[in-house]
Amino acid sequence: MEILVCVKRVPDPAENEITVEGGDIGRDDLVYAVNEWDNYAVEEALQIVEREGGSVTVVTVGGAEADETLRREMAMGAEKGLLLSDPAFEGADGLGVARVLAAAVRKGAYDLVLTGAMADDGAAQVGGMLAALLDWPFASLVNRIEGTGPLRIGREIEGGAQEVSDIDLPCVLSIQTGINEPRYVGIRGIRKVASAEIPVLDAAALGADPGAPKVRRLAYFVPEAGPGAELLEGGTRDVAARLAGILKAKGGIK
Amino acid sequence: MTLPFSPATATLGSLPLWPLFALIPLAGLACFAWIIRRRLEPLLRAAPDPRRDRVGVRLLLVLKIWLAQWRHPRYLLAGVLHIVLFLGFLVLGARSLQMVFLGIWPGFALPGLGAGYAAVKDVAATLTLAAVLVLAVRRAAFMPERYRVPPGLGKDHTPEALAILGLIATLLLSEGLFEGSLLAAGTERGIPLTLPWAFAGLLGGTAAGTLAGIHTAAYAVHDVAFFAFLCILPLGKHFHVITSLFNVFFMRVETGNVKPVRHGVPDAQLDEVKSFGVKTLEDFTWKHILDFYSCADCGRCSDRCPANAVGRPLSPRFISIKGRDHAFERFPLLGGATAPAPLIGGIYSEAEIWSCTTCGACEEECPLGIEYIDKIVDLRRGLVDDGLVPQGVQKPLSALEKRGNPWGKLERKRGEWAAQAGVPVKSAEKGETAPLLYFADSMTSYDDRSQRIAQATARILHRAGEDFAILGKEERDSGHDVRRFGEEMLFQSLRDQNVEAIGASGAGAIVVSDPHALNALRHDYPGVPEVRHISELIAEGIGRGALKPSPAKDQRTYTLHDPCYLGRHNGVYDAPRQAMDGIPGLKRVEMEGNCRDRSFCCGGGGLMLFMEHEEKERMGARRVEMARAAGADVIVTACPYCLTNIEDAIKVAGLEGKMEAIDLCELVDAHLDN
Repeated sequence: MEILVCVKRVPDPAENEITVEGGDIGRDDLVYAVNEWDNYAVEEALQIVEREGGSVTVVTVGGAEADETLRREMAMGAEKGLLLSDPAFEGADGLGVARVLAAAVRKGAYDLVLTGAMADDGAAQVGGMLAALLDWPFASLVNRIEGTGPLRIGREIEGGAQEVSDIDLPCVLSIQTGINEPRYVGIRGIRKVASAEIPVLDAAALGADPGAPKVRRLAYFVPEAGPGAELLEGGTRDVAARLAGILKAKGGIK
Repeated sequence: MTLPFSPATATLGSLPLWPLFALIPLAGLACFAWIIRRRLEPLLRAAPDPRRDRVGVRLLLVLKIWLAQWRHPRYLLAGVLHIVLFLGFLVLGARSLQMVFLGIWPGFALPGLGAGYAAVKDVAATLTLAAVLVLAVRRAAFMPERYRVPPGLGKDHTPEALAILGLIATLLLSEGLFEGSLLAAGTERGIPLTLPWAFAGLLGGTAAGTLAGIHTAAYAVHDVAFFAFLCILPLGKHFHVITSLFNVFFMRVETGNVKPVRHGVPDAQLDEVKSFGVKTLEDFTWKHILDFYSCADCGRCSDRCPANAVGRPLSPRFISIKGRDHAFERFPLLGGATAPAPLIGGIYSEAEIWSCTTCGACEEECPLGIEYIDKIVDLRRGLVDDGLVPQGVQKPLSALEKRGNPWGKLERKRGEWAAQAGVPVKSAEKGETAPLLYFADSMTSYDDRSQRIAQATARILHRAGEDFAILGKEERDSGHDVRRFGEEMLFQSLRDQNVEAIGASGAGAIVVSDPHALNALRHDYPGVPEVRHISELIAEGIGRGALKPSPAKDQRTYTLHDPCYLGRHNGVYDAPRQAMDGIPGLKRVEMEGNCRDRSFCCGGGGLMLFMEHEEKERMGARRVEMARAAGADVIVTACPYCLTNIEDAIKVAGLEGKMEAIDLCELVDAHLDN
C-alpha cells in the first residue's frame, strides 16, 4: 500500500512557554517539533506497511526549516520525503494548504492519505478539505485501522464509545493519538537519514495555487480571568496539593 | 613403603584393570574438552572487550574475591559453608589429580605433596563432607527464600543442587574408602575422626583380598564420579567451579562507569556502527556471556535488588540464568548453532529491562563479580536503536535534546535559583569566573524543591570561603541517566556541550551536590577538572575549622540514606557521616544491614522520575520503613532525587509530621547560623 502522511512543524507545546506579545505569540526562544498527532499517523502508516507491504512518504508544506521535520519522520522509517515549498504558499489558510497537498497527492499514486487529527497550532481542517478536493472518502479521529481495503476503521465518539466502519480506498483518514505507541527517534536515527534526498516541489512543479487566504487571523490574547475562575499559582507540588484540596472540597474526588 | 595393593595392578579375573583406568580419564577428558569447545563458541562470536589492562589490580581481585572469598560472609551461614567447600575443593584438587594417575601408576605422588599433604587432605575431605551434608539438609528442608524460582521462570533448581552435592559426597566418600581400605590392611588408622580413619575402623579385620577389592572398587567409583563431575559442571550453575577464577580476573575494576557502545570504536566513528546495543546473544561481550556461565544461582543479587523487592518484573539472577539457558540452547553440545534470535520478547521483556535503577546493589553483592549494569544499558541501547522507548520518557528525551533539561524549561531560567541564595553567586553566563565550579545539574537547577539544595550549597561554599561560580544557561543536563537509559548519542551531545562550557569557565575544580552529576563528570566526562561532592567539602571544612556548625537544633534522631551514586558507585560513605557528626549533639543512627554499600535505592533518579512501573509498592516507601525501623525521625540524603522520592514516600505513607527527609546541605546550612 502506498501511503502519504501529511505532517507539520509546530512550536513544541511541551518545551515552550507560550506567551502573547502584540497580537502574536512570542516567537523568540521557541523550539519546534513535529506536530504530536502526526507522529501517530506516521507510526500507523509504518505499521500498515510492515504488515501489508508498500511504502510511506511524508509530505509537508513549509519553508526550508521544514526539512528537519521530514527527516525526523524519515528517521522513524518513512521511505521518502516531499517538501512543498514556494513563497506563494506562505500565509495560506487551511483551504490553501489543502489545495497544495491535493496537488501533491494527484502527482503520486497513493492508496491512502493520513493526517494527524489536528495540529497544536491548527484548526483540524486540512484533512477533511483535502479529501473533499480529491473527492475521496474521509474519516476523522481514527483510532484503529485493520484490513487491506476496504479498511476497517475505528473512531472515537462521544461518551468513550467506539464506532466501527469500512471505508473504501483511496481515502483520507485523520489519526487520533493513542492509536499506537510511536517509536522513538534519537539523534542517531536522524543522522542516518541526514543525506537522504528530499525533493522540493514549488507551485509551478505542482501546478497548485493556494489562492488568497479567505480566513485571516486578527489577534492572539490571553482571556482575563473572569468571576468563578481561580488561577492557582506557585510550584507544581503546591498547586497540585491545592487543586486536590479544591476537588475534594467540591466533591470532584473522594 | 610397599603398598599391599594398588588399582594399577588390580585385575578382574585374569584381566588387568589398568587399561580401563587409563581409558576413563581419556574418555572423560575428551568429553570435557568437547563440551568446553562448544561452550567457548558463543564467547568467540561475541562482541569484543579487551580487559587486559591493570593486571596487578586484577590479580589482587583474584586473591580477595576468589581465593579469600571476600564477599561470601555477607551472607554468613551460606558464606561460611561455601568457604569450607571452596577450600576443600582447592586442597582436594591435587588429590583428585593424583588419584587419576594411581590407576595406572602404583604409588604415584605429586612432587612436593608428601605425608603432610596426605594428612591435610584427609581433614579437608572430612570437613567438606560435613559442609556438604549441612548444605544438602539446608537446601532440602530449610531453603532460603532467595533460592526459590518465581512462577513462570522454570522449575525449582533444588534437584540440580542436590545432584551435585550427591556427586561431591560420592567423590569424598569413595576417596575416603579408597584410603581407609588401604589403612585397614596395615596397622595405621590415620587421623582420628577423618573419613579414612572411620572406614579403616569399619573394615578392621577384613581379609586382605576383600580389602583389595574394596580398594579397587572405591577407586573405580571415584574415577567415574570425578570425570562425570567434570563433564556435568559446564551443564548448569556449577559451571562456576570452572569459570569463577576467570570471571573474577576479568571482572570490572572500576565502578560508576558504563562500557562504550562498542569496544575499540571511538565516539567519532560511532555513526559507522550499524546496530547499537544488545539485540541478540552475540551482541553481548564475551565477558557478559562468561558472566552467564559463572552465575551460581545463589540469589544474592536479587535478594538485594530494590526493583525485585518492590515487585517490578526484574530479578538480576534471572538475567543471568535466562541468558545462560539461552546460550546453551542456541549453541547445543551436539549439532550446530541456531540462528540469532531477538532477546527482547524472547527471554527478556522491555519492562524487565526498564525496571533497573542501575543502583549497583547486585554487583556489589555478587561473589563472582558478575556485571549487570552494562548489560542492562546495552540492552537499552538496543531498544533505543529500535525506537522502543517508553512513551513517558520520549518527551523528556526530546526536551533534553532541545533545551538541555528533561522538562523543556527555558535555558535562561537554569540559573534563576541563585537569585534567592542569599549570597552572591557568580555565573559564567555573566562572564564571571572562579577557580571552583558548582555544577548544579537539571534537577537541582529547575525543580522547586531541589533548588533549596542549590541555595544551601551556595551558602555553605560561601561560608567555607570558596570562590565559586555556576555555568547558568551554559550548563546542560549532565546526561548521566540519558546514557544509562541507552540514548548514547544524546548523552554525547550533552556531554560535549558541557565539556566545552566547563573548559571555557576556566575553573580548576568542580563541586556538585547531585551524585548523578558527580558520577557523570567523574566517569563519563574525559578531561574535566577533578570533581568532588559537596559532602566531601563539608567534611573537610568542618575538619579544618572553616565550617563550625552550631549545636543540633532538636532532639530528633537522624539517619543517613546513602545515595547509590555517592556511595556504591563512588565510595563516598564517610564524608556525609562526618558532616552530620560535625553538628554537635546531633543524634545519628544507622539503618543497620541497609546502609553504606548495602544501601537500598530510593527509586532512581534522572529519567526514572518519568517512568511508570509495574510494582507493588514504591522503593522509597521501603526505604522510609527501614529508617523507621532504625528509630530515625529524619532521613538525611545527599541527592535531589533521593530527597524527592523519599519525601513522596513519607507523604504516601501518611507519615508527614512524624518523619522528615532533608538534604545534607540543608541540614548543615541550617546549623551554620552562628
